Amino acid sequence: MTDKITGAQALIRALEHEGVDVVFGVPGGAILPAYDPLLDSPIRHVLARHEQGAGHMAEGYAWATGRVGVCIATSGPGATNLVTPLADALMDSVPIVAITGQVPTGAVGNDAFQEAYTTGITMPATKHNYFVTSPDEIPEVVHQAFHIASTGRPGPVLIDLPKDVLNAETRWHEPEELNLPGYKPTYEGHPLRVREAVELIEKAERPVLYVGGGVIKANASDALRRFAEMTDVPVTTTLMARGAFPDDHPLALGMLGMHGTYTATTAVQRCDLLIAVGARFDDRVTGNPATFAPHAKVIHIDVDPAEIGKVRVPEVPIVGDAGRVLSQLMEAWGAREAPDRSAWKETLRRWQREFPLTYHQDPDGPIKPQYVIEELARLTGGDAILVAGVGQHQMWASQYWRFSEPRRWINSGGLGTMGFSIPAAVGAKAGRPDDLVYAIEGDGGFQMTCQELITAAAEGLPIKVALFDNGAHGMVVQWQRLFYGGRLSASLLGGEVDYVKLVESMGCAGLRAESPDEVAPAIEKSLSINDRPVVIDFKVDLDEMVFPMVPAGGSNDDVIVGPGGGPVAPASDLP
Amino acid sequence: MSKHTLSVVVEDKPGVLARVSSLLARRGFNIHSLAVGPSHEEGLSRMTIVVDAPELEQVKKQLHKLINVVKITELDPDQSMEREIMLVRVAAPPGRRSEVLEVAAIFKAVAIDVGASSICFQVTGPPNKINDFLELVRPYGVVDLVKSGRVALAREPKTTRQRLKAV
Ligand SMILES: Cc1ncc(C[n+]2csc(CCOP(=O)(O)OP(=O)(O)O)c2C)c(N)n1
Ligand SMILES: [Mg+2]
Repeated sequence: MTDKITGAQALIRALEHEGVDVVFGVPGGAILPAYDPLLDSPIRHVLARHEQGAGHMAEGYAWATGRVGVCIATSGPGATNLVTPLADALMDSVPIVAITGQVPTGAVGNDAFQEAYTTGITMPATKHNYFVTSPDEIPEVVHQAFHIASTGRPGPVLIDLPKDVLNAETRWHEPEELNLPGYKPTYEGHPLRVREAVELIEKAERPVLYVGGGVIKANASDALRRFAEMTDVPVTTTLMARGAFPDDHPLALGMLGMHGTYTATTAVQRCDLLIAVGARFDDRVTGNPATFAPHAKVIHIDVDPAEIGKVRVPEVPIVGDAGRVLSQLMEAWGAREAPDRSAWKETLRRWQREFPLTYHQDPDGPIKPQYVIEELARLTGGDAILVAGVGQHQMWASQYWRFSEPRRWINSGGLGTMGFSIPAAVGAKAGRPDDLVYAIEGDGGFQMTCQELITAAAEGLPIKVALFDNGAHGMVVQWQRLFYGGRLSASLLGGEVDYVKLVESMGCAGLRAESPDEVAPAIEKSLSINDRPVVIDFKVDLDEMVFPMVPAGGSNDDVIVGPGGGPVAPASDLP
Repeated sequence: MSKHTLSVVVEDKPGVLARVSSLLARRGFNIHSLAVGPSHEEGLSRMTIVVDAPELEQVKKQLHKLINVVKITELDPDQSMEREIMLVRVAAPPGRRSEVLEVAAIFKAVAIDVGASSICFQVTGPPNKINDFLELVRPYGVVDLVKSGRVALAREPKTTRQRLKAV
């Protein structure tokens, strides 16, 4: 007979049982019982300055390690502050478990102090959530939550625990076997569909692989690489999949979509076979879906059946885990020879030569943001986990960094949450303390979550931050210039912030670069400081715009390659 | 838009109705009717949902993403039995009472409350029968009305029934 423990003790024990090594949170009245046994646990608690930060930290941890990230908040405002990271994790399929305190069971429904209907509010922002009514359920609920968060299409799961349940007595027991009759993800692709896919691939003259974040979630990068080489199919990666396929590979076309390379976006427009793997035909990728990949037959591989046929009905649907299905495809492919696709690949190479990513850094002019990314890549040797905010700086980072490995690019794609990078970088650093973690953040986003730099300093998590200081919501300015006649409504930040002083006051080292020649020295300096977080305030040019660009809702045939260059997609390019 | 009937087996957990209805609302599918109650198995409930949707594939797939949803069957109207219950109070002053009762008799509607100026009928059956009855009594004056959501079950597959007949 095991000893009596409290529900709170059972909770911490259950987390230990799942192998949790770090949790991110902010305490408060209703969750206090759970904070007491944390003191006696080997689990590390990182005290965020805001629950949104705690949630993004859990996400950053999950992205960087592939394990489930955990965040904790109290009832009411603590829980509502978690809504943004939960919605973010749902959109980007990030496995996190959120634990929230709740007012005592007897007070639920009475508008008690700090009561919010957390399970109701988070229902559409989670993969699943639980309201726990007895301490005896805790081992099973926690075990199920981790299972649901990390399997199938990963996502956020929330556990709401009333204070009396945390305080009540129970006995620890190993969680019983999972009983989830309605949750049985499919991992193995249907053999018939696999055979059909192989036939299409063998016949295709102009195939393209359209690779999404699912490949990273499924740890299928190696399989992808072998498959692409075996079948000789060029690869485009979405914003979520940067790093799933090495950018220096001869088959790599880079990112596609709204700010994708001309070659990647156009290759999909001209391909005769599109092989989508762990991708969901998001509007930022397809532009107007009616004109997307108009000549292509589609093979769609995804672990979430609801994604298949949601936007585009594929010729060959394959429900399954990206890694397993790619292996099945390779097995079915066997010793076949890839057909001669040299004409197609030559066309792609010509486009790459004709329409490369371009910018011009005038040595005497203002710092170009693209130059900062290139210098960062050069001086770190690309050996860093890059964590981006949302805006122009994010797009430049995804375009100009040469990714070579998965889980080294972390960003908010689906929800597009400004302020994501600093807390997510803190979480990534907690999960991979030996790696260099560099956050790329805009000044707009920085002002939303920069208080988590205090967390980074206080907790000994020395992240580095490249602050792209253009004095504006740069991406908004860009849209206003392009689509609103240059009328800048509420997009210039105003106010005067001395970022060096600001970050120094939070326990970080602050550096500044105001001209191109100051960029490299500042980065080098940042790499030499490892006892504190470092922030470099790069004063960058607000006049720079992100190109290529396909205007929202437009056709991917109309890629605008640069400021002067209107739509270019000469019909003669059709091979 | 066409109506489709779904028979959905769910775990009998608190909030499961809210999950199903909020998911359908969020994804833009209009619920025409929804009826829920215990199923023949302990711990499982059965929902009959009638939705307006151009096609059902997405509705089914989205519902399947709910952890508490165990099984979804789309019911073909020709291969299933659909029933509703309606309680309708019809104006029936003493002079017209027998006339109203006659109409009711044809439809096997049961008078469950007879008052001084109205009669309340209970009608059960397939939705079209209920609607027919309603149209017939409308001219007398409908004072009050309530309908259950539609409930439905699939018929036993034809082959078995034919075999039974043959025996
Ligand atoms: C939380 C949130 N609010 C608003 C937006 C809309 N939005 C998208 S980009 C952007 C500007 C971002 O500015 P900044 O962080 O300075 O990055 P920049 O584009 O200047 O590089 C805004 C306001 C958003 N994505 N997220
Ligand atoms: Mg900015």
